[in-house]
Amino acid sequence: MSLALDKAQEADAVKVTQINLVIGDLSGVVAECVQFYFDHISKDTAADGASLVFTNKPTQVRCHKCDSIFTPKDSDWSCPECHEMGMDIISGRECYMESIEVE
Amino acid sequence: MAIKVIKVGEDILGANADQARLNQELLDQNRVFTINIMSSPGAGKTSIIMNTINQLKDKVKIAVIEGDVASSVDSEKINGLGIPVVQINTAGGCHLDANMVEGALKNLPLAEIDLLFIENVGNLICPNAFVLGEDRRVMISSLPEGDDKPYKYPAMFADTDIILLNKTDLQPYLDFNPDAFRKIVYSLNSDATIFPISCKTGDGLENWYSWLESEVVKKKGNAV
Repeated sequence: MSLALDKAQEADAVKVTQINLVIGDLSGVVAECVQFYFDHISKDTAADGASLVFTNKPTQVRCHKCDSIFTPKDSDWSCPECHEMGMDIISGRECYMESIEVE
Repeated sequence: MAIKVIKVGEDILGANADQARLNQELLDQNRVFTINIMSSPGAGKTSIIMNTINQLKDKVKIAVIEGDVASSVDSEKINGLGIPVVQINTAGGCHLDANMVEGALKNLPLAEIDLLFIENVGNLICPNAFVLGEDRRVMISSLPEGDDKPYKYPAMFADTDIILLNKTDLQPYLDFNPDAFRKIVYSLNSDATIFPISCKTGDGLENWYSWLESEVVKKKGNAV
């Protein structure tokens, strides 16, 4: 929240109306929890009453062998193209503030 | 009033990463080799730390930062070994962050320490997202947890340098498949090193001690 308030202040805004967040499946962040605590800590600040909008990023990996990009299944992480095991996680760890909307 | 969109594009954990860099600088200046130990509750973090202290304390000056949701049971055990220890109680928090570690570092005689263990809160979900200023990340996984844990907590296994596979003495009683475990770990993290160990019998611990001693020597830049 301090990040949003700092950015709003830099732009001489008086009120933050919306905060757009990008959250990956592997980030460990639970949108409902963030909303719950945000409502509590934003009281009496310029962000009081702001909506939080979450964009979810699914887990995606890139196969070491054939470079295919895929979302692994629950208990099968082999590449659907070449069936090899060996990958880098390329998406799913995101946890950042994309933008804020201010007045 | 008109609504204006301001692009931010900043990591929400950026403030933590900034503090972790400061912690790392302080630890580097003092040449303290620092390990962030992560695992689920009960995998054996404190047992491994205590065994390591008993084995290496005559050769290596060790200190410990203990992270727990509550209680000082673990730090009292470690304090009993005559090792500097700082307890962090997160009061419900499920991981340590760089600010908490900064506070703990102020209470340790860093110039007199070669090796610092930071025992994170027992949790496989979010501790890996919070860098603390460590040199290496060590994760403990134990046989009773099952060989499928990397499927369930992939980021934790992908972000670690060393995996201590603990409680190998229980293998005769469990269906844990070590080959299946290795296969999925290496598929996520081909650079990981796995040391199978048993804190109960001491099996395999010599490999862990050797690795640790060589890393401490590297960081010190001369023989310990």
